[in-house]
Amino acid sequence: MNEEVRLMKGNEAIAHAAIRYGADGYFGYPITPQSEILETLEALMPWETTGMVVLQAESEVASINMVYGGAATGKAVMTSSSSPGVSLMQEGISYIAAAELPALIVNVMRGGPGLGTIHPSQSDYFQATKGGGHGDYHLIVLAPSTVQEMADFVALGFDLAFKYRTPAMILADGVVGQMMEKVVLPPQRQRRTPEQIAEQCPWAATGKGSRGNRNVVTSLELDSALMEKNNERFQRTYAEIERNEVRYETYYTEDADYLIVAFGSVARICLKSIEMARAEGIRIGLIRPITLWPFPYEAIAGLGAKVKGIQVVELNAGQMIEDVRLAVERDKPVRHFGRMGGIVPNPGEILEAFKRDFINK
Amino acid sequence: MNHEDIKSQGTKVYSRPRLLDDRTMHYCPGCSHGVVHKLVCEVLDEMGLENDAIGVAPVGCAVFAYNYIDIDWIEAAHGRAPAVATAAKRLNPGCAVFTYQGDGDLAAIGTAETIHAANRGENIVIIFINNGIYGMTGGQMAPTTLEGMKTATTPYGRRADLNGYPLNITPLLAQLPGTCFVSRQSVHTAAAARKCKAAIRKAFEGSMAAKGTAVIEVVGTCSSGWKMTPAKANDWMAQHMFEAYPPGDLKDTL
Repeated sequence: MNEEVRLMKGNEAIAHAAIRYGADGYFGYPITPQSEILETLEALMPWETTGMVVLQAESEVASINMVYGGAATGKAVMTSSSSPGVSLMQEGISYIAAAELPALIVNVMRGGPGLGTIHPSQSDYFQATKGGGHGDYHLIVLAPSTVQEMADFVALGFDLAFKYRTPAMILADGVVGQMMEKVVLPPQRQRRTPEQIAEQCPWAATGKGSRGNRNVVTSLELDSALMEKNNERFQRTYAEIERNEVRYETYYTEDADYLIVAFGSVARICLKSIEMARAEGIRIGLIRPITLWPFPYEAIAGLGAKVKGIQVVELNAGQMIEDVRLAVERDKPVRHFGRMGGIVPNPGEILEAFKRDFINK
Repeated sequence: MNHEDIKSQGTKVYSRPRLLDDRTMHYCPGCSHGVVHKLVCEVLDEMGLENDAIGVAPVGCAVFAYNYIDIDWIEAAHGRAPAVATAAKRLNPGCAVFTYQGDGDLAAIGTAETIHAANRGENIVIIFINNGIYGMTGGQMAPTTLEGMKTATTPYGRRADLNGYPLNITPLLAQLPGTCFVSRQSVHTAAAARKCKAAIRKAFEGSMAAKGTAVIEVVGTCSSGWKMTPAKANDWMAQHMFEAYPPGDLKDTL
């Protein structure tokens, strides 16, 4: 398959991108608003073409443990779900992080808590960026704001996961999952051969083969001194990721008197609000974190130093705002505007909230 | 006649299996795990599967199986071994993938994964040690604990009205069209261990021929958990456990 321009949903783009990346396996369980990922993969039947395994599991618990099993053999494997399902996966994600396995997890967020709603939300920010499961670990968290990024972040997520031997998450909201846009799908990549896997993943449990010594994939270490060493190694990996992999985009920040921080689909709505504000002579800029972990603390600190105030806009009660406050260390007023329960704000509403907080105080 | 003379005159008829590491095990005296580990090693070696085997270890006493059997291993979360093995096998169909699980792992927390892996007919072997108790955590009630049996969490004996009935899960698995061979064995005598080994071998043959899921339940002892001497535990098992969990083949399509 060559590069191809298509019109499709963000969820469908994930499925196409996974096959074209040369992923080895997908394991998932249906849940709104992301079931199109599994449906699309089943319809495309990649096992007939690339040999990719696609399996509908009996639960999200089983899905993530299938991902653990596949990743333990050095394969490029992934799952996807939405908020309640991702909560069920947290134990498995912690194991994957602790066993230092590469894997890709997609969360197309819906409103919570509880069964909540099937409508869009960004209320799993804390869960995704602060660990989520038990123990000291991080995921590399990528936040797409377009259907194109839904496709592109599959390859980026897998590449980063394998580079650092740690799970990566695409943290999308229901808007990006469900909306249709133009997307350029990349050309088909070959799945890695067993020889390439043996070279890239010498730790993988693939059968001893000609290796001679056995590989054991485990997160267990009862000797506390050794377990502390393991934790120190994890933290060194996270520090390296923080040094190398911060990604963000800025818009209209050169002359900005104020800054909006937003991610995912909300950043695009905010861009419209900013254009409306600029028409009124209010100069607002936007920074859109692409990696929510590692978080662009320094970029926000730098831009924050030049503005009078910072508005954080999210589909939640105020989660990313904590990281923004950490970035500017209380030097600048940081205010929050959010909608919850599956409600997506319109540009005028965001501008009104901004003016309430900073202009008409 | 000294030791060397005896050795030189005799014919060696038994030795530690090649794949079983020569190291001190953490298992208690009389525990069935050591014998079952030995049988798995012998079968894998005899079938030439050493370099293609991937074991999936459980949470429970056998969590450290990877320290004793010289093949590649994946240590799974509690109960999730069949899901882990599902992906490992589907992505590496040439490998001999098996889980090694206890009764709490397989029949309590992992019931869903066990039943669904077997129902999909995953080409894996499930080795299920049923000793009716949680050994690793200190002797609490297992799903397979017999009625009346005293454990740390049923100090006056298991009562069906309070604790539910013993879960006889293996016949349930035998009903599923995805299983190719389901057998219940024990290792409390040399003869029983020989039969158990034959069953384990047949299970690996079935899974390597892609005939579906093969399940070997081994009714075992836990002398520490049962608070009995190893010899007494063997007698007690034959007397009581076999009544609820009689040995024999439950399904054989091979």
